[in-house]
Amino acid sequence: MTTVQERPAGEVGAARKRKEDARLITGRTMWTENITLPGMLHLAILRSPMAHARITRVDTSAALREPGVVTAFSGRDVADTQGSLPCAWPVTEDMVHPDHPPLAVDEVRHVGEAVAVVVARDRASAVDALAVIEVDYEPLPVVLDMEDALAEDARLVHADKGTNKAYTWVFDSGEAGTGQGVDAAFAGAEVVIKRRYIQQRLIPAFMEPRSVVVDPTGDQHTIWSATQIPHILRVMVALVTGTPEHKVRVVAPDVGGGFGGKLQVTAEELIAFMAAQRVGKPVKYTESRSDSLVSAHHGRDQIQDVELAARRDGTVLGLRVNLLANMGAYLGIVTPGVPLLGAFMYNAIYKFPAYRFVCTGVFTNTTTTDAYRGAGRPEATYAIERLMDELAVELDMDPVEVRRRNWIKHDEFPFDTVAGLTYDSGNYEAATDKALELFGYEALRAEQASRRESGDPVQLGIGVSTYTEMCGLAPSRVLGALRYAAGGWETASIRVLPTGKVEVVTGTSPHGQGHETAWSQIVADRLGVPFEDVEVLHGDTRTSHKGLDTYGSRSLAVGGIALVNACTKVIEKARPVAAHLLECDVSDLEFADGAFRVRGAPSDAAGKTIADCAFAVFAAHDMPDGVEPTIDADATYDPGNFSFPHGTHLCATEVDAETGRVTIRSYVAVDDVGRVINPSIVEGQVHGGVAQGIAQALFEEAVYDGEGNLLTGTFIDYTPPSAADLPDIVSDRTETPAPDHPLGAKGVGEAGTIASTPAVINAIVDALRPYGVSDIRMPATPERVWQALRGGARS
Amino acid sequence: MIPAAFEYTKPSTVDEAVRALAEGGEDARVLAGGQSLIPMLRLRMAAPTLLVDLGGLGELRGVRDDGDALVIGAMTRYADLLRDPLVRDHAPLLAQATATVADRQVRHLGTIGGSLAEADPAGDLPSVAVALDVSFEVVGPGGWRTISAADFFVDFLTTALGDGEMLGALRVPKQDGWGTHYEKFSRVAQAWSIVGVAVAVRRENGTIAEARVGLTSMGNRPLRARAVEEALAGAPATAEAVSSAAARAAEGADPPTDVWASAEYRSHLATVLTRRAVVAAGGIHAS
Repeated sequence: MTTVQERPAGEVGAARKRKEDARLITGRTMWTENITLPGMLHLAILRSPMAHARITRVDTSAALREPGVVTAFSGRDVADTQGSLPCAWPVTEDMVHPDHPPLAVDEVRHVGEAVAVVVARDRASAVDALAVIEVDYEPLPVVLDMEDALAEDARLVHADKGTNKAYTWVFDSGEAGTGQGVDAAFAGAEVVIKRRYIQQRLIPAFMEPRSVVVDPTGDQHTIWSATQIPHILRVMVALVTGTPEHKVRVVAPDVGGGFGGKLQVTAEELIAFMAAQRVGKPVKYTESRSDSLVSAHHGRDQIQDVELAARRDGTVLGLRVNLLANMGAYLGIVTPGVPLLGAFMYNAIYKFPAYRFVCTGVFTNTTTTDAYRGAGRPEATYAIERLMDELAVELDMDPVEVRRRNWIKHDEFPFDTVAGLTYDSGNYEAATDKALELFGYEALRAEQASRRESGDPVQLGIGVSTYTEMCGLAPSRVLGALRYAAGGWETASIRVLPTGKVEVVTGTSPHGQGHETAWSQIVADRLGVPFEDVEVLHGDTRTSHKGLDTYGSRSLAVGGIALVNACTKVIEKARPVAAHLLECDVSDLEFADGAFRVRGAPSDAAGKTIADCAFAVFAAHDMPDGVEPTIDADATYDPGNFSFPHGTHLCATEVDAETGRVTIRSYVAVDDVGRVINPSIVEGQVHGGVAQGIAQALFEEAVYDGEGNLLTGTFIDYTPPSAADLPDIVSDRTETPAPDHPLGAKGVGEAGTIASTPAVINAIVDALRPYGVSDIRMPATPERVWQALRGGARS
Repeated sequence: MIPAAFEYTKPSTVDEAVRALAEGGEDARVLAGGQSLIPMLRLRMAAPTLLVDLGGLGELRGVRDDGDALVIGAMTRYADLLRDPLVRDHAPLLAQATATVADRQVRHLGTIGGSLAEADPAGDLPSVAVALDVSFEVVGPGGWRTISAADFFVDFLTTALGDGEMLGALRVPKQDGWGTHYEKFSRVAQAWSIVGVAVAVRRENGTIAEARVGLTSMGNRPLRARAVEEALAGAPATAEAVSSAAARAAEGADPPTDVWASAEYRSHLATVLTRRAVVAAGGIHAS
């Protein structure tokens, strides 16, 4: 349900059906797995069954004798040439950065690590031949728990590094000059709330498994991959393998979901690249779901020790955060930086003056972690929103009121935060008021009181979550200051074809977001061409040679502005052409409603459209001197700041005190994502995001046994929810435009995930307060709720 | 994943199927709806050399009225059961439990015989079968024989089916005059039961004359909650009586601890769910 008034005129703001959906939903499209090339061979990967072991022997010779097998090799066979998988974010100068070979050579450090490969004429033969590869493992001690890993005499994941600590990264508002010192704030506090929260390990669980096809037979080596980052992958393949970059082409064809899980340069991509080079033929690898769950990177997995200082009137004075972040066994492309994206968000929408954040990255014998929808920001938002509820209880204050007393008012933007960011715009009052009204907050509180009074075995709880997030990753200067290897700009190109149709090339790489539709809407309005006449091309470095891809809610807030800039350039290049056609001076022309007209002429007067100009430069028979025979344009955009969408989510849960079952009775999401290009895409993003956040709160957790085996290695065990397990979601919006760019859009890809987890847990804890419960571990399974009820205290 | 290679045959009569199984020896497996076997093949947890696909045996599919019982072919699919008027009218417990199995796709492929012969104690239909005292009509090289529900389920994933035998049909006593209810508790809609309770109750005047309680996922095979049944027999049809009887639901059970739940929690759930199931089955009102 969306009740915001749609803007009437133009494409932007219209709830267009997505033009890409027919092919995506029917599957009649080029998923990587659908690609079949002449002479193509198939790859299968043997993975480690041990969490930590020395490899004393690998013998692939028997595999070579199996039917259909073309080659087989192990890490030893390619040890000198395979290179190391990249980490692009060395967050501190002294960060421990272990080698990360695509194929393990001497040692395996987590279950699922690739050890050897078979290439065969068909997939079944390749998989069959894995069974005869002999590997001798000499078990090494396993370390799984982060606190164990940091102990004095800890077992080491990387013995040569002498430590399991990857880095310690500190932000202190006193030292940074963005606020006061935190110790003084706590010394002067009347109330201190201290808690430990556990962000359980999650698995991104995209629907389309990862898949890669490598064709080494052309002048360019072509890699098709189900990736979010074709452009970054191309650069990294060149750097890791030494293949000249101009000899590498990467294509991300239609990609079925990523959620950060395909923001990676994977071992599988490089193994397929190596294998294709060895056999000189195209090679395909598509992972099974079981392989995916154990080897594709995981997310979250943090221990958060947090401490909030406040006065008894509810004013928050300061926050200390001490974080342990599980890196897993190795560092992925942005593994170390993920928790730091949260560092800037713990202060959330509040304006307290003192803040200190310390994060220690820890190696363990587990699958590597990395970005997962929200990446650091859901964790931060969870901790602060849980703390605000605890503060409300401590002060016997309504949780909305406690937030109201601390949040930044709408007339205080732009606002310099204690974490060193400048929030661009927002209206927390408006979003919260709207959410409270849609939710029926007062009536639900009254029902809660009466259920508590009557001792109803089904208790009602109400959860509040107010949030903001940093979107539009990212200003290149900020990334540089944070020691990230790349920038945060984006590109767009527009080609106006002779018949007036338009091709848009974007550097973003959609994998379900609907860029083809939204980009078409923007271009249609800006250039005055029909929506249907715009084709959006993406994800192939041959057509889209530059770009920084899609993650971090950046595509519209950065790539969209590059697109607007390209539209502006097209209009400027068409202007002298139109002036020539209209036989007037350039300065007499204005461009409106899709056509150039002489200034002051009536709007129905004949003008020259972009299509007219495109045909004129195509013929180019009589262009004036100095006018190029093209109106095509390329543009880039490097944001000056992040954008900061925000919102208020409210959740009502019913908790069955006998079984511990939690049922979400109602859920209201009011999000302010700035100006909206397509409200139905926004609503879809919110619903999907809320579903994933609810999944963290109630359902999902990657669980290892004591030996480092993943117990949740199938969807049966990992229990991702389906539609049947999720509530109706009432979603609505307020609209506070981003002030720093012409679209006014802020980004929406992660908002639902960030906001919903604390809303649900706050609601559960609220329901359980009468039983003396003040916290619940995620996921809040029925058994955990039941145990909490029995324990009667913190569980 | 891809299963290991196997031979495949699809007989068109029961006799052919029995012969194929005999010829295949101990590494032959019956393929019914494939909802358990195919995932196990794909994970290579099973690697039979021969699959005998019963999908072509029309004679084993369908429901017929046989006096005081329904005879249900082993290859009758869940979806068939759900739309069958005989099942709806005379075996509503079976219909209700079947409706909770997994998801729509599974219910269109999975079969009642496959579920029962798989003998997974977390499956929903085995506990219904023991609660209703279903008879198992099995066929093998020695011809047809009948096994009682009490004898059919031997251990985890193990039945009393002999070498070369397969399940042919189920004889389900009609529950006319009984109230029934299946109470299922799972982590997510498509998941296995953490605990399930299948109940049939016959009331006489103000008392519970007879009750049958089957438990899902409370041991290495589907169980009868005998202590509850004894406590209910002849008890007044009141919430208090039901509650005190249901408190004995886990007696004699040996529930597993796994990634979904601990044994302790399962035992607790069994008492709560049994109470709720008996209350619903018996139409018992709070007093």
